[in-house]
Amino acid sequence: MDVLLTSTAEAFRLLFSGNPEIWEIVGISFRVSSMAILAAVPPALVIAFTLAYGSFPGRRFLISLFNTFLSVPAVVIGLTLFIILSRQGPMGDFKLLFTQTAMGLGQFFLCLPILVCMAHVSLQAADRAAWETARTLGANRLRAFFTVLYEIRFGLMAALLAGYGRIISEVGASMMLGGNIAHYTRNIPTAIALETSKGAFAEGIALGIVLLFLAFVLNSLLQYVQGKGSINP
Amino acid sequence: MFRKALLVAVSLLVMGQASADASLLRLATTTSTANSGLMDLLLPKFTAETSIEVHLIAVGTGKALRLGREGDVDIVLVHARAAEDAFVDAGYGTDRAEVMYNDFIIVGPETDPAGTAKSNTVAEVLQRIHASEKPFISRGDDSGTHKRELFLWQSANKSPDGSWYREVGQGMGKTLQIANEIDGYTMTDRGTWLAYESKLDIQLLFEGDPPLFNPYGIIAVNPERHPDVNYTGAIKLIKWMTSPAAQKMIGEFKIKGQQLFVPSVGNAS
Repeated sequence: MDVLLTSTAEAFRLLFSGNPEIWEIVGISFRVSSMAILAAVPPALVIAFTLAYGSFPGRRFLISLFNTFLSVPAVVIGLTLFIILSRQGPMGDFKLLFTQTAMGLGQFFLCLPILVCMAHVSLQAADRAAWETARTLGANRLRAFFTVLYEIRFGLMAALLAGYGRIISEVGASMMLGGNIAHYTRNIPTAIALETSKGAFAEGIALGIVLLFLAFVLNSLLQYVQGKGSINP
Repeated sequence: MFRKALLVAVSLLVMGQASADASLLRLATTTSTANSGLMDLLLPKFTAETSIEVHLIAVGTGKALRLGREGDVDIVLVHARAAEDAFVDAGYGTDRAEVMYNDFIIVGPETDPAGTAKSNTVAEVLQRIHASEKPFISRGDDSGTHKRELFLWQSANKSPDGSWYREVGQGMGKTLQIANEIDGYTMTDRGTWLAYESKLDIQLLFEGDPPLFNPYGIIAVNPERHPDVNYTGAIKLIKWMTSPAAQKMIGEFKIKGQQLFVPSVGNAS
């Protein structure tokens, strides 16, 4: 109990003394995860739209597949990409292993299924009439696509936050693909794992507090968005 | 569509990325080395002198050697003599040099139910634990420490099996915590022990037998197998780590007033 109290007190001191290392780690976390989710949104929307509006053989199978990917362990994604990106792997020539790019790629594939599935569910729940109306009113396919996306914007926001929540706190794939290199690929979760393994519990808890705070901000945003999306007058 | 997505992701993420070149060196080393803080002291000095930035990747010895074998890093700093020799003999590595050594110690419950503290050699310690069947926690993760532990069991002519012998597959810090929780014995490197000692009830029970000494070797990845590794940079780091200045820093590095590593080169003292 004593360890917990002293570590937490020390953690707060570290955070508010403006320790530059901790804030650098926070910056790397934000940078990589934001890049990853920004890259994942366009393909995810296209896939979700195709799954909801298209009719082609294997559509239901693809939906099941993406739902299955929701529960794939992060380390499995990490290991698969590790093998692909390793110098002996098919993409070895790009020298991506142990870079922020590799970490970002891991997070890209981690949040993609969440974005696809949640966007798909939102599209399913939305009225197909939006698409039909837009088309009848003379909108081209692209315009109609954006009209539908606007209709489901609250669902998409929720998808975005859920996806971000998963990748900002993920440790397995980031550790494997980034290598936890100081000042470069050390993000909040891998730093927590490292500090814990060193027995530096205060640093671990300080970073845990930052992560919790981020999660809280994300959840508050979600609450706000859902509040606006209320069907009550 | 996936290919497109991948392309978009790669091109988006590659922006602002430092490309691999001669001014970047990738060093795979063991968690215990990185956790000690020694490399945080040495590497910035090396970078200041040579303008070569070092990316330190901390993994187990087994994984570090594998990264070297596949050409994913330029140089490795590990502690598993037999595996290092095999690595060089197989042509994966070259220019091996001894940098320093530290030592392993045996820790366990203060009451010492197996009576290990009376031992004269580490073989005797293990034989006593084996006979008493008191819990022994093994790393079980193919790390340098794990390899050494298995070698010591072999040297003691005992095979560690039975429910008292528990392989946890975790790092040294976690392994110490587990040993502490279940009043077990374990073998640890001194660096991790010093970092954890104050948080644990288990005690240092045995130290100082030569088989517990733990030499660290630095090995460049063979450029004949992987032509695009940063071999020039790797050689520079090997020369620097074995230089009198770096060796002196290694010898003077202390945690809680205790010296952790003994320099290997020209170590007359």
